[in-house]
Amino acid sequence: MKLWEIIIESFGTLGLNKLRTGLAVLGIIIGIGSVITLISIGQGSQQAVTSQIQSLGANLLTVMPGSSRSGSVRQAFGSNTTLTLEDAQAIKTSPQITTINHVSPELSRRSQVIAGKNNTNTQIYGVYPEYAIVHKISLSSGNFISQGDVQGLTKVAVLGPQVVVDLFGEGANPVGQTIRINKQSFRIIGVTQSKGGTGFNNQDDVIFVPLSTAQKQLFGVDYLSSIAIEAKSPEVMTDAQNEIGYFLLDRHKISDPASADFMIMSQNDILNTASQVTGTFTTLLSGIAAISLLVGGIGIMNIMLVTVTERTREIGLRKALGAKRQTIVTQFLVESVILTLIGGIIGMLIGIVASLLLSKLLNLPSVISLFSVILAVGVSGVIGIIFGWYPAQRAARLQPIEALRYE
Amino acid sequence: MTNPKPIIQVDHLTKIYRNDSVETLAVSDVSFKVFPGEFVAIMGPSGSGKSTLMHILGALDLPTSGRYLLNSQNVGLLSEDELADIRNRQIGFIFQAYNLLPRTTALKNVMLPMAYAGIDPRKREEIARHYLDLVGLSDRLDHTSNQLSGGQQQRVAIARSLVNDPSILLADEPTGNIASAQAEEIMKIFKKLHFQGRTIIMITHEPDIAKHASRVITMRDGKIVSDHLNGRKKP
Repeated sequence: MKLWEIIIESFGTLGLNKLRTGLAVLGIIIGIGSVITLISIGQGSQQAVTSQIQSLGANLLTVMPGSSRSGSVRQAFGSNTTLTLEDAQAIKTSPQITTINHVSPELSRRSQVIAGKNNTNTQIYGVYPEYAIVHKISLSSGNFISQGDVQGLTKVAVLGPQVVVDLFGEGANPVGQTIRINKQSFRIIGVTQSKGGTGFNNQDDVIFVPLSTAQKQLFGVDYLSSIAIEAKSPEVMTDAQNEIGYFLLDRHKISDPASADFMIMSQNDILNTASQVTGTFTTLLSGIAAISLLVGGIGIMNIMLVTVTERTREIGLRKALGAKRQTIVTQFLVESVILTLIGGIIGMLIGIVASLLLSKLLNLPSVISLFSVILAVGVSGVIGIIFGWYPAQRAARLQPIEALRYE
Repeated sequence: MTNPKPIIQVDHLTKIYRNDSVETLAVSDVSFKVFPGEFVAIMGPSGSGKSTLMHILGALDLPTSGRYLLNSQNVGLLSEDELADIRNRQIGFIFQAYNLLPRTTALKNVMLPMAYAGIDPRKREEIARHYLDLVGLSDRLDHTSNQLSGGQQQRVAIARSLVNDPSILLADEPTGNIASAQAEEIMKIFKKLHFQGRTIIMITHEPDIAKHASRVITMRDGKIVSDHLNGRKKP
């Protein structure tokens, strides 16, 4: 008996008991559907985080002060005050460093900001004009911090769109108005375009002021919290990292690289860490979904075992008429694979619709990858074989005369 | 008169059922031969071992000891798949309870053994129609088994037993579940098949049915107690 004949016959058999077939398939639909939905949302978030980090600027290296020690206690990472404006200028002008384009010295602190009756707590960035180039900031209105602002210690501020919403309300254009940072008045000269950030590192919830103003007027410090450096191309990132590293070690008179008082992170390092986190998240979600798939598979096995018991006489008859063991095994395997494949395909479609709906309703990004589609169909087929195997073997092992006598 | 080469040769066949600690001797040291063209009725009260014997002859069950040759082939030495082939091609089995696939049309039921034999799907329907015509059911091809009367179902089963042109037909009380008027119909078909040269072994406990056969074997307590040709003693 050829395989295609068995397949056609199995469709007929499954069609005889539509309710039971439907319920068995339902388990797989739910399993595959949730796997597809959760994977696509997981992958969507991963892609969103990746593109968000990339939007912070390509070819970006960040120099950060290392952790300081007080006695033998290691303080928090970045707590050192060893990075200075002079370091940034030296990096920029050094003839040894040939692989970089722009250098952006930065000082960031959280501070309370007041505009009229509204106030908010946000991240204040003291920056050079290079910040806009290195971090790919563009303005929706007004201008960014200029070299003149830095030199003149002017009290001007550029606001992120989230800050504008918090202080002035949706759709307001605050350019020309004043805000108070640390009890000092700043004139707003520009608003940046949204970068769509979320969470603790929201690139829209920031205020930019001239670096000199931030250091001297606002916070009274002379160090930097980071130096962002744009390399000439992604290919020279490692070279740039090395050149800057040795240059700064030399400048800070440190001979052992292990005791460096700074750290250089590339965009890739940050990206890797972030995708590791979201990857774990995706795995966790898919793991939960896989459990429901397993339950669906057990449901199929249950139905197939019931079917074998119920059709014992039929199996006996088929054997009496000349069906070989392999034919019976194939018949039952085909039935269970049909069940799971139908469930897999319907589940996949429902999963795709559900992830599109979820991403619309909850504003979550979602990516439906070919991988998850192939995975769903493949896995459902495999589940059919695994959970159909035992019932099929049981059917095929039946002795014809005993099966025929079965009541 | 008879062909010297038997279709069936049974030598000292014994079947013992073991159920927990109880042993039941179902068939005890039975020997006989069946030659081509014979129509044999096996009679005997219930529990005489005739059904067990029939199952062994049908390769549905294996003997505890003794030898069973079907067309000179020792059935006891065959593998499971070879037994399946024997059941499929050499034996046509007709059950008391018809054993048709439920909710399946007469035509499809009759075509099933041909599917296992690997016959070309286009030829199957042609052959199935031919045999359904032979049993007088050409107007019931698309009726499912539960839409047919007992007698009609048994005629479908007879058609099914014939499609692979087996060397022997085995019928286990073929009229046992059927009203007497329809039973006569069934027996007419058997006589027609016998007349066409088919070899038939049939179990029955009704003398009325057995009288259609050319030879009657009577069993009691697992043993053959008489074996004679209808009308005259077997030489």
